Amino acid sequence: MRIYVCVKQVPDTSGKVAVNPDGTLNRASMSTIINPDDMSAIDQALTLKGATGCQVIAVTMGPPPAEGMLRELLAMGVDDAVLISSREFGGSDTFATSQIIAAAISHLGIGKDDMIFCGRQAIDGDTAQVGPQIAEKLNIPQVTYATEIHKKDNVLVVKRMLEDGYMMIQVKTPCLITCVKEKNVSNSYMTVNGIMNCYSKPLTILDFETLKEEPLIDIDIIGLKGSPTNIFKSFTPPQKGTGVMFEGANRETIADLVSRLQKEHVI
Amino acid sequence: MDFSLNREQEMIKKLAQQFAENELEPVAEDVDLEHVFPKENFKKMAALGFTGIGVPSQYGGSGGGALEKIIVVSEFAKKCMSSAAILSIHLIAPQTIYKYGNEEQRQKYLPILTKGGSLGAFALTEPNAGSDAGSAKTVAIFDSETNEYILNGTKCFISGGSRADVLIIFALTQPNKGLKGMSAIIVEKGTPGFSIGKVETKMGLAGSETAELVFEDCRVPAANLLGKEGQGFKIAMQALDGARIGVGAQAVGVAEGALDLSIKYSKERVQFGKPIAKLQGIQWYIADMATKTMAAKTLVQYAAYLEDAGKPFTAEAAMCKLNASENARFVTNLALQIHGGYGYMRDYPLERMYRDAKITEIYEGTSEIHKVVISRAVMSK
Amino acid sequence: MIFNSYDIDVFKDIWVFCEQRNGKLMYTDFELISEGRKLADERGSNLIGILLGYNVKDMAKELGGYGADKIIVCDDPALDIYTTEAYTKVLCDVAMDKKPEVILMGASNIGRDLGPRCAARLHTGLTADCTHLDINMDKYVDFLTTSSTLDLSKTAFKMDDTNLKMTRPAFGGHLMATIICPRFRPCMSTVRPGVMKKAEFSKEKADACEIELYPISISEGDIKTKVLNVVKEAKQMIDLIGADVIVSVGRGIGKNVEDGIELAHKLAEAFGGGVVGGSRAAIDSGWLSADHQVGQTGKTVHPKVYVALGISGAIQHKAGMQDSELIIAVNKDATAPIFDCADYGITGDLFKVVPMMIDEITNRKKQ
Repeated sequence: MRIYVCVKQVPDTSGKVAVNPDGTLNRASMSTIINPDDMSAIDQALTLKGATGCQVIAVTMGPPPAEGMLRELLAMGVDDAVLISSREFGGSDTFATSQIIAAAISHLGIGKDDMIFCGRQAIDGDTAQVGPQIAEKLNIPQVTYATEIHKKDNVLVVKRMLEDGYMMIQVKTPCLITCVKEKNVSNSYMTVNGIMNCYSKPLTILDFETLKEEPLIDIDIIGLKGSPTNIFKSFTPPQKGTGVMFEGANRETIADLVSRLQKEHVI
Repeated sequence: MDFSLNREQEMIKKLAQQFAENELEPVAEDVDLEHVFPKENFKKMAALGFTGIGVPSQYGGSGGGALEKIIVVSEFAKKCMSSAAILSIHLIAPQTIYKYGNEEQRQKYLPILTKGGSLGAFALTEPNAGSDAGSAKTVAIFDSETNEYILNGTKCFISGGSRADVLIIFALTQPNKGLKGMSAIIVEKGTPGFSIGKVETKMGLAGSETAELVFEDCRVPAANLLGKEGQGFKIAMQALDGARIGVGAQAVGVAEGALDLSIKYSKERVQFGKPIAKLQGIQWYIADMATKTMAAKTLVQYAAYLEDAGKPFTAEAAMCKLNASENARFVTNLALQIHGGYGYMRDYPLERMYRDAKITEIYEGTSEIHKVVISRAVMSK
Repeated sequence: MIFNSYDIDVFKDIWVFCEQRNGKLMYTDFELISEGRKLADERGSNLIGILLGYNVKDMAKELGGYGADKIIVCDDPALDIYTTEAYTKVLCDVAMDKKPEVILMGASNIGRDLGPRCAARLHTGLTADCTHLDINMDKYVDFLTTSSTLDLSKTAFKMDDTNLKMTRPAFGGHLMATIICPRFRPCMSTVRPGVMKKAEFSKEKADACEIELYPISISEGDIKTKVLNVVKEAKQMIDLIGADVIVSVGRGIGKNVEDGIELAHKLAEAFGGGVVGGSRAAIDSGWLSADHQVGQTGKTVHPKVYVALGISGAIQHKAGMQDSELIIAVNKDATAPIFDCADYGITGDLFKVVPMMIDEITNRKKQ
């Protein structure tokens, strides 16, 4: 029984971010983190591993530095890691990305008992599309927004969040689940032993040469050229700009503020 | 000269940082107020492999050495000195048993002290034997009929003594030979004749329970002798060399933590129309704190490097502990001052850091003893 | 009939997928029909809604009142409760038959489950969480002029380009990106709830709206998941999106969480009633449940008044509230980024400032 967990290395957008003069993001200025929703998927996978002894394989599509992230996951208890990386894959939109990842997982093998976990969405793209699209291309059922996953014989029982409640959904394997956490904090840590061993655990690199014979890979539908959607323009929104600043908690400044609010008919 | 950490060390640092922020920081204030050993967090430290640093994985350890230890201890100390001290002092036991123990002792004690989550302790100090370890009076007389050592005496100020499962006790197997008659003996908690006396209430380091140990005809199997009879003092001194680097790391960590808080506060605190960070007086304080802490940190790293490289490091270990501990007092004092009235309030961690820092100049060898060690080393050349 | 998403010219009309749950239409349906109407007018084509469910025919007319020319209704017991497989099959079958040029969908938890699956099946592009849509290039250029810092004098625009230009925030809101899907149809877009403006309801339009019942066939074998139960949580759905006043709390209430939240409630009341929200830090610390979260991974809001208490204003929070009409921020740290987008900023201890604000506002109102 295997759980493939799709993860992505993303810039840490919660910290300081620098924007280039031409409006594009200065990626080099930002530290990278493991996408938070993907950590939920890892947490759920490692929990299931604890309960069933299954194999957990972290899969990522990205440039070579993504290996560092995979090693961290290996140090947390993930068994194997796969890096999908090739020039031909660069510039892919969600459709093309999901195509490539589906091809890679197909190449690695997806059996009756296997599952794919993904994070709901990545904090850089924020689309939440790649998970469901991988499921469609592999022709397996999906359950999204999962906060709890339990295995009962050959079915999974999943708690799927709605805005005002949840659904309990039963699904047979093989299937794909996208994960969220109610709180944004992961509870999986690396261990010191894990860190000492992570560079000797298996890490496979899949490039275009290795995958090109896969039926799902078609040079016309991968990479920038193959993506159905393209970026037409990107720009920084104009900042609202600093308004009026008041200092200190004292009656006079508060009275001043409230007067202005009154004048603007806010009160 | 490559000063950088290797890739595993970078990951260990990241892990220690996350652990300190997520697990240690939220309860640091309570641990200080309640003056109680943080059992849950120690269990978590064991689960993540921190308690096995310096012991090979075949015995349940996590591998690594002095550098890995100081990385972790410093990150812990930034948020909770008690936790940093607990780990640093605990590590003396498994590392010493690994170094001096026979295979049987290693197999028996190392797995439980590393991943097993048992706490270790090191007991040398007595009421009349602090800096003057030679005045120790606790005896361990061999009974050839039962093949046991019988311990009698009192140890005091033993960190972790009230909670430890496995303790290394330094006692005189040949009382008439002074230090040359001292041996190291492993004693387990709950051994009849071994009881815990007073648990001290301290100025700081509240989470690390400091206890009096009482031995009254405490019988311990001969198999528990660590190393050879008469080797005890040498073992103690070598163990202390490594332990001192640990204290250096604690001191560096608390200084870094206090410095970070001071920088943050100075940017927030607005007086006379601007943040105090704009005042040259504060800027100069921060510059002094940063420079001295960087120097302390680098010396601690150097001593750790020497230890890991198998080179002599007694003088450097003493230097780094002496220097870092005085720096910790300097920095925490100034940090509290920068915070003004808020620094004095229990709401802010500064006063706890100030109280915690002081111990680093005293335990594991006072600053004065360290000066003796250092002068001896450099003047004998 | 072979469906080929490359064959662009045969695709016509703007569609809006209308979501219903438990017999109630989602609020975003009205927003999207209203927006869809504008786009259909720009394009010179029809606006058609598509509604899936069981016993939902009678809801369709109301959608017409916001500007739909026609509503396609797929009514079947298998569509009573949402399942990915049933809804994907039906929506894709109808789309492959009728070939819409554009499909809009609300980016609800369900929309974000359904949209990508359909886009993959139809082999077309989907852009998620859009906040602004244009078809005509001159409208888009106007939008860029007011909403970006780009120097447009140096850019050549193809004025006859009628691709749907879908603008959305990326990188936690640091960047805005306009996406197009030039080579495939239908062009799909999910739209954030609460962003588009709902038009005035017109009974005339509702009565004039055509209803088409589209027969569908789903077998049990089509559905691979089983809904065991649906649970509505006891507490009310926090209506951040509809609120006029939102008072949010962040890390700054850490010293006294209970009092902090209490103050936020009282301040909202002082303004005449409002909702309490939270930054990601407040939710992560467990002080408020996830449905209170404002920000990139929470909700996007643009109330009349947004008050940020003890919130630093990291970009992922700003992305969720920076379009509010009036922003007031209170924070101890004078350098907090929240002040970069606040109309009024107060540096001080919120536990002192907020009670004073409440007093002052309440007294003024009495006068």
